[in-house]
Amino acid sequence: MRALLIIPTVFILVTLVFVLMRSTGDPITAALGGQLPPDQLAERIHAAGFDRPILVQYFEYLGQIFTGNFGTTITDNRPVTDILVKYGSATLELAFYALLVAFVVGIPLGLVAAYFRDKGQDAALRIFAILCYATPVFFAGLLLKLIFSVWLKVLPVAGRASTSAQLQMEVLPNKTGLYTIDAIMTGNPAVLGDVLAHAVLPAIALGLLTAGVFLRLVRTNVIGTLATDYVDAARSRGVSEYRLVQKHAYRPALIPIITVIGLQIALLLGGAVLTETTFEWKGLGFMLAEYLQARDFVAVQGIVALLAVIVALTNFIVDIIAALIDPRVRY
Amino acid sequence: MSTDIVTRAPKRRLRDRLPVVHQLRQSVGLQRGMLIAGLVLTGLFILTAVFAPLIAPFGFAQLRDAEGPFGSQQAPSAEHLFGTTVGGYDVLSRVLWGAQTALFVIVIAVILSIFAGVLLGLVSGYFGGWLDRVLVVVCDAIYAFPSLLLAIVMSIVISGGQSNLWGGVFAAAISITVVFIPQYFRVIRAETVRIKAEAYVESAKVLGASSGRVMFRHVLRNATRTLPLIFTLNSSEAILTLAGLGFLGFGIEPTAAAEWGYDLNKALSDVSSGIWWTALYPGLAIVLVVLGITLVGESLNDLADPRLRGRRRVAQASGVVAETSVVPGGTLSAGPGGLSGLEDGESFDEHGIGVRS
Repeated sequence: MRALLIIPTVFILVTLVFVLMRSTGDPITAALGGQLPPDQLAERIHAAGFDRPILVQYFEYLGQIFTGNFGTTITDNRPVTDILVKYGSATLELAFYALLVAFVVGIPLGLVAAYFRDKGQDAALRIFAILCYATPVFFAGLLLKLIFSVWLKVLPVAGRASTSAQLQMEVLPNKTGLYTIDAIMTGNPAVLGDVLAHAVLPAIALGLLTAGVFLRLVRTNVIGTLATDYVDAARSRGVSEYRLVQKHAYRPALIPIITVIGLQIALLLGGAVLTETTFEWKGLGFMLAEYLQARDFVAVQGIVALLAVIVALTNFIVDIIAALIDPRVRY
Repeated sequence: MSTDIVTRAPKRRLRDRLPVVHQLRQSVGLQRGMLIAGLVLTGLFILTAVFAPLIAPFGFAQLRDAEGPFGSQQAPSAEHLFGTTVGGYDVLSRVLWGAQTALFVIVIAVILSIFAGVLLGLVSGYFGGWLDRVLVVVCDAIYAFPSLLLAIVMSIVISGGQSNLWGGVFAAAISITVVFIPQYFRVIRAETVRIKAEAYVESAKVLGASSGRVMFRHVLRNATRTLPLIFTLNSSEAILTLAGLGFLGFGIEPTAAAEWGYDLNKALSDVSSGIWWTALYPGLAIVLVVLGITLVGESLNDLADPRLRGRRRVAQASGVVAETSVVPGGTLSAGPGGLSGLEDGESFDEHGIGVRS
């Protein structure tokens, strides 16, 4: 039953994006208006089929998306699908590292906060969690850049890899686009080091945003489970408070986290757009910002539609995982 | 005899019924400290926004004074306490004026989304049927969408990207509104579905009250108790969304208003050459305002949840718990409150909300 809901969700999102984007007029005028004489403009609009009734275009668009065709960009005339494949891997890599940071920072700190509930450590950690949320990723990114790249000069300022590393990876026969994997395949530790060094600051900037959410969630849930009967029973048997948190209250508190990861994907992708722009990390978010600046709405529509589908799919997958882990959740 | 007095519960004083004041009295220790800190920061923000024209040394778009141009990228000095930007604006003045822009956007966005969201939730929850189903599915879909992307798309629709003060403020506010409507919708709808089944609604219907009267007089007044909470969480998100839009170049022109996100975008290239003052101050302004509002929201959230409330006074306050403890629609995932109400395995179906995840 839940599985069926994914179809209307994706359908609504794609329709919403289409209707909203097209309500501003046709994309060719938006991108090239003022640059081309009116007759050439009209010709291009006609050639692209943007002068036909909107309903016809809409059904054509649905059909195209169904076959994986997201159209062609107006400003540089590339298939949107190519852009999605090429830059999607960069965004995937960034999101992966950011989630890693979020887990490593958020979960242990959440346990600590629950353990010291209502004491100084708890208060400090909760303020930290709110700060994680309150700091826009691009401001966090700017500060990290300023401190570690400009003042301390220990990490690169921007980009995904230095030029030499990029050249070494370019010549690989079957490159994946995921720089970490490509770097391992070159067999050169210096390249891997270079790629990882480039990923550190963006991953921290984006990861801290989610880490704050995880911290709060773990704290709240562990506090909740600490009040349950079976924990009380364990406590009365003389189990230490530390062990209670570690063994008894920790695992059940993780289940909601898995559910929330699904919700976090949306936040993470939104944050990725900003992080990528800050660090010139050439992923979907970076390209989205570029195409937005160029007013290339076909590209924008394609990228946004894809991201929406990704979010819907992840939520769906997370639901299944949650059901597999927790026998009580059944749809 | 005089029995009529005894049966009547004493009416709570107005002072105790005001949303924030009540929680302030209820809180203890750290929680109280956080709530007060949040209220102070929020108060400072509002004061700055209101009195920006008086406090700011220069106008937000002022490039020169009687002694000539300010100069570009000047380090902080006695004349320009926070330095100047690459465009030659005074950073301090733009930070102060930026508070005003942010406040405008919050107020408009939150008022619009409360109106739209509450109305839709009320109608949808009260009447049910196919309209309800469609609205729930649509709202869930919108809710799942990365909010910044939706705001970007909306701001393209409204203003084509760039605009003047009021155009930009409204574009940003409406973009944010669209993101928020589903949240109000879900909460109010869930409450409406619950209250609809109460005996007093039934009796109002029996007495012949019209649907409109029942909805607005009986249901609405009892369904709004969680609104202050969502309101604060949304305000902080509104600031972040506005800044995100500005940072991506979809904000308000610098000559039309000061906007922190836009200033940070311009500071991006400054940072690489070690110029820190253009990025630090607008960024700090965002962090402090969001921190303040979130502290207030966070405290309200915790005080509404008996499991999280400070423990000392629980016994005394227990009479009020019944009224404030449930956070219906629980998934306030918009704010940092996250899914704090979501215990493992619990679903919100029983409250009549479609469980999204």
